[in-house]
Amino acid sequence: MERLFAAPAPPADLLIAGARVVDPGSGLDGPSLDVRIHEGVIAEIGPDLPRTEVETIDADGLVLLPGLVDPHVHLRTPGDEDEEGVASGTRAAAAGGFTAILAMPNTRPVVDTPIVLSGLVQRAGREAVVPTGFMAAITAGQEGERLAEMVALAEAGAAAFSDDGRPVERAAILRRAFQYASVTGLRLALHEEDLSLSGGADMHEGAVSAELGLEGYPSIAESVMVGRDLAIARYEGAPVHVCHVSAAESVAEIRRARELGVDVTAEVTPHHLCLTDEHVRSLDAGRAKMSPPLRAATDRAALIEALADGTLDCIGTDHAPHRGHEKEQPFAHAPNGVIGLETAFPAVYTHLVEPGLVPLAAIVERMSTGPAAAFGLPRPAIREGERASLCLWDLAANWLVQPPYASRSANCAFAGQTLRARCHLTIAAGAVAHRLIEAVAA
Amino acid sequence: MDVRPPKSSTKRRHLISITDLERADIERILQTAEGFESVMRRDLKKVPTLRGRTVMTVFFEASTRTSSSFELAAKRLSADTISLKAAGSSVDKGESLRDTVQTLSAYDPDVIVIRHPAVGAAGMITAWTDAHVVNAGDGTHQHPTQCLLDLYTIQAALGGIEGLHVAIVGDVLHSRVARSNILGLRTMGARVTLVGPPTLIPRDAAALGAEVSHSMDALQAADVVYVLRMQRERMAPGASYVPSLSEYAAVWGVTPARVRPSQLVMHPGPINRGVEIAPEVAGSAASRIVDQVRAGLVVRMAVLYDLLAGPGKADAESALRIVSPEVVSAAGQEVA
Repeated sequence: MERLFAAPAPPADLLIAGARVVDPGSGLDGPSLDVRIHEGVIAEIGPDLPRTEVETIDADGLVLLPGLVDPHVHLRTPGDEDEEGVASGTRAAAAGGFTAILAMPNTRPVVDTPIVLSGLVQRAGREAVVPTGFMAAITAGQEGERLAEMVALAEAGAAAFSDDGRPVERAAILRRAFQYASVTGLRLALHEEDLSLSGGADMHEGAVSAELGLEGYPSIAESVMVGRDLAIARYEGAPVHVCHVSAAESVAEIRRARELGVDVTAEVTPHHLCLTDEHVRSLDAGRAKMSPPLRAATDRAALIEALADGTLDCIGTDHAPHRGHEKEQPFAHAPNGVIGLETAFPAVYTHLVEPGLVPLAAIVERMSTGPAAAFGLPRPAIREGERASLCLWDLAANWLVQPPYASRSANCAFAGQTLRARCHLTIAAGAVAHRLIEAVAA
Repeated sequence: MDVRPPKSSTKRRHLISITDLERADIERILQTAEGFESVMRRDLKKVPTLRGRTVMTVFFEASTRTSSSFELAAKRLSADTISLKAAGSSVDKGESLRDTVQTLSAYDPDVIVIRHPAVGAAGMITAWTDAHVVNAGDGTHQHPTQCLLDLYTIQAALGGIEGLHVAIVGDVLHSRVARSNILGLRTMGARVTLVGPPTLIPRDAAALGAEVSHSMDALQAADVVYVLRMQRERMAPGASYVPSLSEYAAVWGVTPARVRPSQLVMHPGPINRGVEIAPEVAGSAASRIVDQVRAGLVVRMAVLYDLLAGPGKADAESALRIVSPEVVSAAGQEVA
């Protein structure tokens, strides 16, 4: 069953010449290879391919990666199209090297019926420049009271189930959801937060919150729910995905559950990998307010370690657009969330790969095959015969993160930072989705 | 409303946090305040220093002493004053903070004194006005002029601050006064101990440079006992920080038996008599609570003077440290 949807686009016919190709899944890390794409399919890979009658891109000094997959995007459609749309959100994805994304269902209305889902699927079929999947709600209205019609939603093309934005508060409901969802074979993606512990607070509880006087959202508000839910998943033998892990204690819970044989996948955001609660000192909600919050340096170190060793097997942006005037409020009054599609790989490359904390190959794996495998999506691979899903980067390029963005919103965590790595070309499902670079004469 | 960028983005000085001031800045302001004492003793308690200047006080949160003290301070310096209370204003009609500040800024005030229930509100408005901004309390974050008047009171009573030991007792968690005072007292070389139930002391409070104790015995070693009000209005319903006010009063109330006569007792007000402080202590000879209110006037005169007419006026190099919006946003860009 098709679970990714995109607008029809002409298949690419291109020769990408002289790139360093890094695809750990295909065992490739070779300098100066040519990749010929014919009718959207990778036709040939090799050194010095003939350049006849094909548009050629001089990729000397550039790095070609398999397309990135983002398991956690808010497209704000339906209901808040002034914050983001399917077209703008997927353009932002393509600009960030993504060739597939999954959108969260906490829209207005919530994606909890086949009718709402079908509307999105049709819309993606008209507007999405990269293949887009849609998660449906676990519970009706994401209210945590009764299950959404999971089978009907799965038949309508749901990619997975999630009440993201909110936890499934009652353990008994989550247990029923695991049991029932097994019929669909789809994974539940969980937002882990004990609301009685987080208390609607605005930032990580620690030294910085003590000084700023902002109410603290302790790391245990996440980890106790991770522990609870992984215990339920284990009992039910259910596959489970943990969204946006932020705390060291949660990493320990995930590691332990995986050792016990739980089918758990887990994601971490670029902002939790690259920033800490020190970022909140700016009191700029546009850059520093999200849920879960940016945590302490010790948490960040644990996340990086877990990303490197595979405990965290996915990077997901939690791209969360918001209106400028809503973010331009005192910290406690502003909504949670930051946009991240366009800066995800550059931020992680700048903050983790360049300083030598995580190797490039591991990042590529966690941003591509990791999320694809977690949600049963096609795994982008730079291999002959595959439909082309790839992205071409100038890793040496420095660029200042600032508006305008491809996204319709501007609440970027990395705004004002100079990041390395610029995406020059994205080919998603065989079609050019983003392009900065010009062709050379054939 | 159109975005009207501030005319001059540089060299505007603000007082948002006590950490905007270095020790020399604090000492200078306290000295200036002392100079204004003589004005207070005159028959005609007014000087022409800020004639033609406009000071706006904008209070989005209830206040008695702070708003009246700022207003009177401005008037004693001959400034024109406008006082806006959030209740009954366009704020009640849903106007955003930005629109309110930009509207008020159309009158070209020289200083905006702002109190707001949200952390960061005072710092935020510096981007939307040409006026100098003085934070008169932003939620549970900072209250720098309270800190200055407390330092002034301690200095006047004990001759100095360096080396003193100050115990801050009570609801530290919800107190902007505590946050400013811990940092200000540390800057001036005092030792600070926080005393209260574990539920009302922030986790990682030690990172602020203070010691923490949950026993009232810790008061014994202090030169100054600084009592904080139970801020019930800032506590979420059902949060249950303490079982009852009577148990709180019994265990952590500042009673005559728990203070020595030689200790200074202070309180930022308003007082809950019989809860955090016994009436006998509040009214005792050791109490400096009325002195604090008096100090508020001269200290706020000194702050206004320092911003508008003091040594920093011609060149922002001295006086209050520059906190321009550029600096604020740059601080947030640091890579963690």
